[in-house]
Amino acid sequence: MSPSVPLQEMIRAIRSARTQCEERGVIQRECAAIRAQFRQADNGGRSHNLAKLLYVHMLGYPAHFGQMECVRMIASPRYSEKRVGYLGAMMLLDEKQDASLLITNSIKNDLSNSNQYIQSLALCTLACMGSAEMCRDLAPEIDRLLRASNSYIKKKAALCAVHIVRKVHDLGELFTKAARSLLTEKNHGVVHGAVVLITELCERNSETLERFRKTVPDLVQIMKGLVISGYSPDHDVAGISDPFLQVRILRLLRILGRNNEAASDAMNDLLAQVATNTDSTKTVGNAVLYETVLTVLDIKSESGLRVLAVNILGRFLLNNDRNIRYIAMTSLQKIVGTDHNAVQRHRGTIVDCLKDQDASVKRRALELSLALVSASNIRSMMKELLSFLSSCPPELRSQTASGIFNAAERYAPSQRWHIDTILHVLTTAGGDVRDETVPNLIQLITNTSELHCYTVHKLYRALLSDISQQPLVQVACWCIGEYGDLLLTGECQETEPVQVTEDYVLDVLETVLQSHMSSPSTRGFALTATMKLSTRITENVDRIRSIVSIYGSCIDVELQQRAVEYNALFKKYDHMSILDIFPELFLDKVYSVKLSFAYNNNVQSAGLSPPLCGVSQVCDLLDLLGGSEQPLQPSPALGSAAPPIPVSAPNTVGGDLLDLLGGLEPTPITPGLTFTYTHNELQKQETGRLTVTLTASNSTESDIRGFTLQAAVPKSVQLHMKAPSGDSLPARGTAKVTQMLVFTFGSQNI
Amino acid sequence: MFALVANQKVVIDWPCFWVVLGGSFLPRGVYTVLLFKMQFMLLFSRQGKLRLQKWYVPLSDKEKKKITRELVQTVLARKPKMCSFLEWRDLKIVYKRYASLYFCCAIEDQDNELITLEIIHRYVELLDKYFGSVCELDIIFNFEKAYFILDEFLLGGEAQETSKKNVLKAIEQADLLQEEAETPRSVLEEIGLT
Repeated sequence: MSPSVPLQEMIRAIRSARTQCEERGVIQRECAAIRAQFRQADNGGRSHNLAKLLYVHMLGYPAHFGQMECVRMIASPRYSEKRVGYLGAMMLLDEKQDASLLITNSIKNDLSNSNQYIQSLALCTLACMGSAEMCRDLAPEIDRLLRASNSYIKKKAALCAVHIVRKVHDLGELFTKAARSLLTEKNHGVVHGAVVLITELCERNSETLERFRKTVPDLVQIMKGLVISGYSPDHDVAGISDPFLQVRILRLLRILGRNNEAASDAMNDLLAQVATNTDSTKTVGNAVLYETVLTVLDIKSESGLRVLAVNILGRFLLNNDRNIRYIAMTSLQKIVGTDHNAVQRHRGTIVDCLKDQDASVKRRALELSLALVSASNIRSMMKELLSFLSSCPPELRSQTASGIFNAAERYAPSQRWHIDTILHVLTTAGGDVRDETVPNLIQLITNTSELHCYTVHKLYRALLSDISQQPLVQVACWCIGEYGDLLLTGECQETEPVQVTEDYVLDVLETVLQSHMSSPSTRGFALTATMKLSTRITENVDRIRSIVSIYGSCIDVELQQRAVEYNALFKKYDHMSILDIFPELFLDKVYSVKLSFAYNNNVQSAGLSPPLCGVSQVCDLLDLLGGSEQPLQPSPALGSAAPPIPVSAPNTVGGDLLDLLGGLEPTPITPGLTFTYTHNELQKQETGRLTVTLTASNSTESDIRGFTLQAAVPKSVQLHMKAPSGDSLPARGTAKVTQMLVFTFGSQNI
Repeated sequence: MFALVANQKVVIDWPCFWVVLGGSFLPRGVYTVLLFKMQFMLLFSRQGKLRLQKWYVPLSDKEKKKITRELVQTVLARKPKMCSFLEWRDLKIVYKRYASLYFCCAIEDQDNELITLEIIHRYVELLDKYFGSVCELDIIFNFEKAYFILDEFLLGGEAQETSKKNVLKAIEQADLLQEEAETPRSVLEEIGLT
């Protein structure tokens, strides 16, 4: 076909422009000329003009003034003009443009044209940009063409019908019959179109799906023909006969065989045949094998076939071609839940792919590796994952970190290993971990009381070497604050102890406080840690006092508030039990919950005479000791609600920790005062909510008035306390006070 | 009762539906639509200049430009030996470089990436046969023909003819028709006799 000279000249002119500005000038001139030409009457160069405009449009310049010209050209009797007109319509007139409706009539006429190439133009345009309205208007035409035309048009009409069904689902009914009959044709293009159409119809409508199940034997026949047949030069691609059609048929079989035993049985043999006979040395063979594997894994295939499919994926994993490895991992990811053991066999190869150069392959390998972690391989997998973390691309870091945490939490072989792993992650990728990591790690450390010494030593060393990773620094500060005394004893069983003096420890904390790398919350941690040490060290309390008072005038409001309050504590109290070590907090993340309520009786002896006076009892989590004895305290706990009222009978006080798992345990705190907690059956609860009913009764000789319950929960839990039934407990258990508490557990992941 | 499915914990309260994230392998009772569709095809040079764009979904000009810009940037940033597939937004992008041109297709979630590579390859073969050892300049100066060939091979984003020979034959015929339409009318026709 001879080239369009005017078009090529313009292209040359545009390309020879040396600057963007020059190019714009050329294009503006050309557009002006084109616009002028459009306004003129019919001349021979209309198609060239429109072609020029389309080129300009592709470069990114506005070309909307050509829309009407497209409409006119489509209506022209000349094929050359129609061709360019339709091309213009597809490029400029998408369904959002109003002018697109104007071409509906032209398309309709052209669909009935005697020349198949004109029909083809109309079909192509309709399938590319036909709006829902156009589709509704022209659907009967397409149906007619599906039945009575030559194969060239039939195949196009089939794909046009596909577009129509995608746009207007209801019209699928119209094409069902015609689609069925097209399957019997010989022409590959028509069969291909028919298969695509049937796929679309079945996807949209389950009844149609049922009806087309009967075609499974026919499809199997066609497929067999393709696989077994000899060399057919027309459709052959590297030894595979018509791979495009094969893939389409396999896809349709997948949809028909899903959730249906009979259909799946009918295609079992065929799938086995394709899986074994297809040559996998070239990409095209692998494309067919891939589709086969997807089909086998989706239908109700027998186990032998499934194993065959997973083995094919395993072979793909060893392929040199990176693309094939990538799609193998994508597929394995989908079945790792259902065929876990089969995928486990390929764990080694998958882990090797972590070292691949390509970021997409790395991502796939990471996801799959995380899915394959189990109790038996946790140690070796974690080694690989940690080394991956140190060299992985930045966009994968946070995913890797959270994956490692999840895996560590589920399968940690020992507490120490768990803590070590988390510390390793914090040192390598501290900036990419989520916020909940810090409190979760703190909770983990609190609960592993036998490793307090080891942990604080490790964290101290980590802090000495690097104070830039905020989560690590925060946890380290907290640890030093809590267990600093263990650091100072100079002994440790699990690891080499450090020999430090109190000054050194305070130096480290001060460095963190003053460093520009520390975030405000980190500073808060450091300040609180410094404060806590005042109860654990003996000599440098003055130094601590001075540090704390300096921050009383800090610009940061949070720090200032803390410092001022700590200063107040220093002034008022000699022994601050508020700063003692935390008790064990158990918050199992998924279902079971252990709640610890600590009860302490605060009484002030004020010498008032008695009997029948109430005593306020405050449930106070802050005021706890590691030991269970606590003498009567003159100091009120922070946040106590009711004023303390003297009581006649001295009550023994215990700082007992109450565990309530398994529910109905009446636990006497003081003789006579009974609390019972009941909760609903955990299994039947909605995820993450626990309702506890508290019943309190008083079997002492005196009434208790002003009874209030206070409870504190960790950050990841929300507590909703309903109103109590009353606040006085009459003597001798004559009446009870009940109160409902609802705990909602937030997101459970680190 | 839990299940570990694709590394996500799914809590199951019997009886209920299973939800598998991101996969098409579903146990009984659940029905999803598998999406196979080519949404668009772009051809661009190594400098990022667009040489052909075929859109099979309705988008405004602005959106098309935005997508083109982003995608061109993403693909050009890839190193030579990397995978031909990448995930971009909620689509899968399949691309391949032939000499100085990048051929880039966007397909939907369940589509077969390997067969899309074959489709791209088939298109390149068609161009090659038509132009005779095609190079980028051919596609620049004869862009409308590149479109005509594409439209004879793909229809609505699906392959319409799986035989190379048939596609080329059809184009040949259409070209002939165009030639006839463009030749000047004979003198006799012009003065109104026959």
